[in-house]
Amino acid sequence: MLADTTSRLETALKAKGDLKLVAYIMAGHPSKKRSIEVGKRLAGSGIAALEIGIPHSDPLADGPVIQHAGQVALQHGMTVEGALEVAQQVAVEGVPVVLMTYINPVLAYDPRKFAAEAAQAGVAGVIVPDLPIEEAEPVAAWLRAASLDTVFMVAPTTPPDRIGDICSHSSGFIYCVTVTGITGARKELPEGIVELLAEVKKQTTLPVAAGFGISRQDHLKALRGKLDAAVVGSAIVDEINRAGDGTALVRELLKACR
Amino acid sequence: MTSRAALTHPVDGRFGAFGGQYVPETLMSALRELEDMWHEAKADPQFQLELAGHRRAFIGRPTPLYAATRLSEHFGGTHIHFKREDLCHTGAHKLNNAVGQALLALRMGKKRVIAETGAGQHGVATATVCARFGLDCTVYMGTEDMHRQSMNVRRMKLLGAEVVEVTSGTKTLKDATTEAIRDWVTNVRTTHYIIGSVVGPHPYPEMVRDLQRVIGDEAREQYLSLDGKLPDVVVACVGGGSNAIGIFTAFLDDHDVTLVGVEAAGKGIRTGEHAASLVAGRPGVLHGTYSYLLQDGDGQILTTHSISAGLDYPGVGPEHAFLRDIERVEYVAVADKDALAAFRLCTRLEGIMPALEPSHAIHQAGLIARDLGPGGRILVCLSGRGDKDMDSVDAG
Ligand SMILES: Cc1ncc(COP(=O)(O)O)c(C=O)c1O
Repeated sequence: MLADTTSRLETALKAKGDLKLVAYIMAGHPSKKRSIEVGKRLAGSGIAALEIGIPHSDPLADGPVIQHAGQVALQHGMTVEGALEVAQQVAVEGVPVVLMTYINPVLAYDPRKFAAEAAQAGVAGVIVPDLPIEEAEPVAAWLRAASLDTVFMVAPTTPPDRIGDICSHSSGFIYCVTVTGITGARKELPEGIVELLAEVKKQTTLPVAAGFGISRQDHLKALRGKLDAAVVGSAIVDEINRAGDGTALVRELLKACR
Repeated sequence: MTSRAALTHPVDGRFGAFGGQYVPETLMSALRELEDMWHEAKADPQFQLELAGHRRAFIGRPTPLYAATRLSEHFGGTHIHFKREDLCHTGAHKLNNAVGQALLALRMGKKRVIAETGAGQHGVATATVCARFGLDCTVYMGTEDMHRQSMNVRRMKLLGAEVVEVTSGTKTLKDATTEAIRDWVTNVRTTHYIIGSVVGPHPYPEMVRDLQRVIGDEAREQYLSLDGKLPDVVVACVGGGSNAIGIFTAFLDDHDVTLVGVEAAGKGIRTGEHAASLVAGRPGVLHGTYSYLLQDGDGQILTTHSISAGLDYPGVGPEHAFLRDIERVEYVAVADKDALAAFRLCTRLEGIMPALEPSHAIHQAGLIARDLGPGGRILVCLSGRGDKDMDSVDAG
């Protein structure tokens, strides 16, 4: 496997002048078939990585759009196993896939089995938003053992002395939550985000990605040069709700990344 | 042991393998602050003095220990006593916790308070302390609970709280809690979240226990003052588990005292329509804590059912999970229809209308009384009064 080589995510997300874009979709939203289709199209749309959500009944960190997508996916019978299949089918397109889910589905599936099967499916990394660094083991150990990157989050409320700890636990990239709050498109990026990103950049050599609330060209323009990548979630899920596949939005947003 | 069985690394705030802080990073510094603040306040004589004053004059403590003589006779002669938390101001033990946490919010300089509520008792308690201390109050409540506990919705509004209807998921306590946590993630800098039970991430289970243990501390002393002896059995209902932990804590080291926690069996454990997480669940993470849960094989939280809104929750406090596993407390479940019958019995025989939640405990006390026979000694935590449940009782 990829032991000791630079991670695929690290390579894919490191900005080289431009700003990289990461898209988010929910496995099984609006159906399993359609989420695979959308994932494959997004994979070829110029994004640097794709986050695939595994639905959870109680998504603490998500706003209404992603919560709703998760409920639809669950109603249509999406499971952890099904989401791993979605990931596998999308990953064959060559785009690095990051799974995003909550800790309980991982525990219920068995973290060891989850890590092994995710690696088998060609997944590059995992983000668990309700797993702070204090609670990371032993789940993170299983992910590491399967050569999966474990991405931890920094929030606007994270004290500076904690940022370094989070960076040293992370691999692949650092996920910087831009808002004090839950996922969902916002009109404006909050004040202080540039300072937060600068602080994180100072404490890591990993790529830094910002997410939560990012949906517009002007957001990306404001972020370009200050970090490596931006994650667009709710805005894409919203397009998928309206029968789109998110690629039009990605193309639009990519213009602001260069 | 499979790797899913336990997350056993030692950190503060775990009861054995249970507890922890499974929350978004955004909340971690607030939880740290809360933990520090609570430990500081707990050790501060001034804070304790203030709390004691409010307990006396505002809550109405100590609450009485009451000999339920006609019920005792009905159940065959075992002596049954009630710890009368129904006589707390606002009608349930929930105010013990809300008063303490409101004082803490003031100490932290947070002017806005949020809460979740199921039966509405915790919502009313929180709205009450917010009125008393001049804090802004928002309470999250599921649509279904707003219907079956409509009187409490009206009380909260009169007290000046904003009641936010939660329409997602099961529209009950679980979803109200999820929504409250989302609010907290968003407004954490200005807002204190008063969780209503011994659930949620550390330090909540510990802090709420510390604030509720007054129930058992008083009851143990009152009980001993009767004839110098302890009860054989202490019984309490378990939703999230705060009244039960509140009364059990004082008796944990009394190894001759059997402790029994009563969950909601709803329409029967086998029907799947129940809320008995300790009796029928598996460990997992809900609302920031690792404990027993009702979940499917994929870790999705299941829909629960109980006639009693306060017990209608798929999780339970992590300390209960620990006490279950070390077999210090025995957990059982009582069905809707038995709780309703106990409600009626207690109302008729004692002139005390219990809430449907402790009616589950009263039913169990009856079963235990038959085992113990004359001369047995049972203490029941009567966690709240039943006015709020009139509609459910009429419909039941
Ligand atoms: C009277 C009463 N008893 C018990 C409960 C259950 O909560 P806990 O298990 O935290 O005591 C409630 C909850 O609303 C309640 O109102």
